[in-house]
Amino acid sequence: MSAVEGMETAHVDAHEHHHVSQNFWQKYIFCEDHKIIAKQYLITGIIWAVIGISMSVIFRIQLGLPDSNLSWLKPILGGWISETGKLDPNFYLALVTMHGTIMVFFVLTAGLSGTFSNFLIPLQIGARDMASGFMNMLSYWFFFLASIIMFGSLFLQTGPAAGGWVIYPPLSALPQAHPGSGAGMTLWLASMALFIVSQLLGGINYITTVINLRTRGMSFDRLPLTIWSFLITAVLGLISFPVLLSSVLLLIMDRHFGTSFYLSDIYINGEALPNVGGSPILFQHLFWFLGHPEVYIVLLPGLGITSEVIATNSRKPIFGYRAMIASMLGIAFLAFIVWAHHMFVTGMNPFLGSVFMFLTLIIAVPSAVKGFNYITTLWKGNIVFTPGMLFSIGLVSLFVSGGLTGIILGNSALDIQLHDTYFVVAHFHLVMGAASAFGLFAGVYHWFPKMFGRMMNPTLGQIHFWFTFIGIYLIFIPMHYVGIAGFPRRYYQFTSYDFTHKFMDMNMFISVAAIFSFLAQFIFLWNFFYSIFKGGRAPQNPWRSNTLEWTTPIVPGHGNWEGELPAVYRWSYDYSKPGAKEDFIPQNIPYSQTLESNFPHENELIATEKAIEAQNFNDQFNSH
Amino acid sequence: MENIQQVKMDKGPRETLAMDPVKFILWLFLVSIIMLFASQTSAYLVRRAEGNWLEFEMPKIFWYSTGVLIASSLVMQYAYFAAKKDQFNQLKIAISITFALGLAFLWMQFEGWKQLVDMNVYFVGNPSGSFFYVFTGLHGFHIITGLIVLITALTAAFRLNIHSKNLRRIQICTTYWHFLDILWLYLFVFLLTFN
Repeated sequence: MSAVEGMETAHVDAHEHHHVSQNFWQKYIFCEDHKIIAKQYLITGIIWAVIGISMSVIFRIQLGLPDSNLSWLKPILGGWISETGKLDPNFYLALVTMHGTIMVFFVLTAGLSGTFSNFLIPLQIGARDMASGFMNMLSYWFFFLASIIMFGSLFLQTGPAAGGWVIYPPLSALPQAHPGSGAGMTLWLASMALFIVSQLLGGINYITTVINLRTRGMSFDRLPLTIWSFLITAVLGLISFPVLLSSVLLLIMDRHFGTSFYLSDIYINGEALPNVGGSPILFQHLFWFLGHPEVYIVLLPGLGITSEVIATNSRKPIFGYRAMIASMLGIAFLAFIVWAHHMFVTGMNPFLGSVFMFLTLIIAVPSAVKGFNYITTLWKGNIVFTPGMLFSIGLVSLFVSGGLTGIILGNSALDIQLHDTYFVVAHFHLVMGAASAFGLFAGVYHWFPKMFGRMMNPTLGQIHFWFTFIGIYLIFIPMHYVGIAGFPRRYYQFTSYDFTHKFMDMNMFISVAAIFSFLAQFIFLWNFFYSIFKGGRAPQNPWRSNTLEWTTPIVPGHGNWEGELPAVYRWSYDYSKPGAKEDFIPQNIPYSQTLESNFPHENELIATEKAIEAQNFNDQFNSH
Repeated sequence: MENIQQVKMDKGPRETLAMDPVKFILWLFLVSIIMLFASQTSAYLVRRAEGNWLEFEMPKIFWYSTGVLIASSLVMQYAYFAAKKDQFNQLKIAISITFALGLAFLWMQFEGWKQLVDMNVYFVGNPSGSFFYVFTGLHGFHIITGLIVLITALTAAFRLNIHSKNLRRIQICTTYWHFLDILWLYLFVFLLTFN
């Protein structure tokens, strides 16, 4: 016993020494602590989200209120607003492009995975930090550099990239094609290359940490579903981001060295370009091989966070723990073999189209399993409507209603009519954009006490939820109709076509709803930043949750746990167990202390507890 | 103690799986490189299937450079064995030879490019040629990163930081170098088969 104590004091000493040696730069800027890096990602993501959503409001005003005078935006947009107060059409395209790029990559990939994988993986598996703190720090700073470059491109005189976030060549490959295809596109490509490096550094770290640094007793079948989702997300990123790098590299060569990977037989003002023998469809194949998994890279962390938050706040074990893991694995696998459903109208062989259609529709099966499990977890639970819980339930709603239109779009025959209309826009905004954003909100509301040691205001959180939830549906349900009516996406205005006239009021309605939802986000922003400094002090375990992060000090220091790492004896979903004193039993409580609530097979596990305690710590700071 | 052993024997909890994180990171890094080249080669196949494809004979020098790279890999393996047996002189010599062979490989690849230009196969032109340059160029870039890893191993060897009790660095170096060798063999056979 005394030996153990001696070890612990030595350990604590080592810690204090560690703290002393950190100056401001090491502690807050080039920090290798996963919790600080997570906050860096979160704050950067929030800033990007404000920029990205503001852009969407500007082009929604243009679409819904085409006669409005935008002169009041001159202080920000300057020359992009004409003398008569009209938005520059080229800049409109740039806005659409940048909105997509920013929201998909910078907010919902970096901001979501970057924040919660970093924050929760070590805390929930019982590790002191990520496998490589240095790589983790590097990952954030590559992301920061990518952010700076992308942000800088907004201020170019020729405008940022404007070929759509999918940057299809030849539009993106030829500077003559569009003002934004010049320097704007160059910066876009440079920024994305750095972004990919950042994601790979981060993802490799997440996978390594989850597999190798789990604490004693944290077997794979005891991992919280959040960790499972982060692990699968990171694997998706590891496999698909190099492919995007590949397509970006070839595009850079076409743009700057004159190769013809994607270019062939192009005439500009009657003059033929020298490029012969390229294939623009090749780019689409490469791009969507990343692009489709990217949808799940964005969504899966949200689904994982939701699993955790719904189980905790329903005070019930998650329904179908193994089915949840299996469905995530199924979704991840299918994500790689459905990319061509984005390309049904590229002249692909109809038979090939039907194969991809079939594979695409199979995704409905694991997705339905997840939807079913969320609802059955909620069923007859003692639901606590915290803001995090509301956003999680909202995610399930958006996931289901957005997923249903996915079944329609997955049909190669229906896609001929619906391709590149607002129906597609509405579909992916519900299922991928809004659902993932709700996952992000749920995560922030739920883990804010752990991040900052303070509570967010729950009433403001609930108001924020209802405004956002209603706003989102008011935007995107009518948008489906506009899409079926045949409105193509990325058009500057619809005033000159006969068929669009009778939908003008609907478009205006969508725009007003978008502005309303945008304004509602300021409730969140105020709540978030105010609570960081002035929120009420967080208790040890505010949501009475089972996972390991709530066993750390309220504001964990570097290394997360004082003394030795906790051991894990059970899964993380022992809520409302019959016979138990409390309605939750944290993962680090051995079965020998809960005799009143054990099932017979769990009583047998008591004999193994000593063996678990004797196992290795996997403690990076103190390897035995 | 016997009791615990007993439990472990029949249904004891297994130790939480844990490998060396640094080596694990290396392997995942290799996965990302594999995906990079897998996407490049599949893009090659997709593009080739569309026709309008320039066919050309691969210059002989690429056969020789392949031989050089395989030799460097064998020497690298020898270096690893030497480190394991604490034979420091052989270790230093072997790593140096590997490094020299790596440089020779790069030089031969560059000579190969020059011969391609003489054959009127240019980087800018028919994609079949462009792809050839991109594959060899990207692989060459990774060889350069491999050479940097080799230099760190070499300096460590001269400082006697690599020995039978401290093999991690040389193991990582060996794994990476073998990987680059196998990667080149794949690209070489691929380019021979689908020229």
